Amino acid sequence: MTAFFAAGIALLIFMLVALIRIGLGPTVADRLVGLDTINTLIVAGMIILGAAFDRSIYIDVAIVYALLSFVGTLYISKYLEEGI
Amino acid sequence: MNILIYVLLSIGVLFNGLGSLALLRFPDVYTRIHGATKCTTFGSIFLSFGVVAYGFSQGGGGGLTMAIHTILALLALLITNPTGSHAIARAAHRSGITPKKAVVDRLQEKVAGKRVKKKEKPSEGGERE
Repeated sequence: MTAFFAAGIALLIFMLVALIRIGLGPTVADRLVGLDTINTLIVAGMIILGAAFDRSIYIDVAIVYALLSFVGTLYISKYLEEGI
Repeated sequence: MNILIYVLLSIGVLFNGLGSLALLRFPDVYTRIHGATKCTTFGSIFLSFGVVAYGFSQGGGGGLTMAIHTILALLALLITNPTGSHAIARAAHRSGITPKKAVVDRLQEKVAGKRVKKKEKPSEGGERE
């Protein structure tokens, strides 16, 4: 379906908007929020593209990406907590 | 069935767009966490429901596999996303970032009060001895 491709392109544009926040952000926590938003959008985009290409293996990749990006966010915030 | 998928996809894309717009427009770390996390989680729920509806409408083994795996990915996202944003907010508060235009900071007062109490307790024990 072409609607899934359109939704995937829209998610790509939103990722670029979050990338602007990563570039501008005055503090490290702002950049971390932008990274977390991009991770969520990537998981949603992988699910959408798995439906668009009719391959359910992409959705399995999305599960693994969600869990690993959560571990990455926890590590960076633990590093931020100690003071930079 | 197609109309249902279109409606779910448009609601999801709308809320994801609002989340990334909140990331640009809000003045502060905490308000950015508030806007971005809530809106992207809600939008991703609706996008995943759109894919689940597509899988059920396809039918057969492939469509059913796609629907069940999408529900699993949605569960992983629902568990990890609020937890991660809570960890970011806690780390931002502990590393000394204050909210913009804040008048009172109740969490700071509460944490400081706990620290004072912990320091007082051993000194009281010392006086009794």
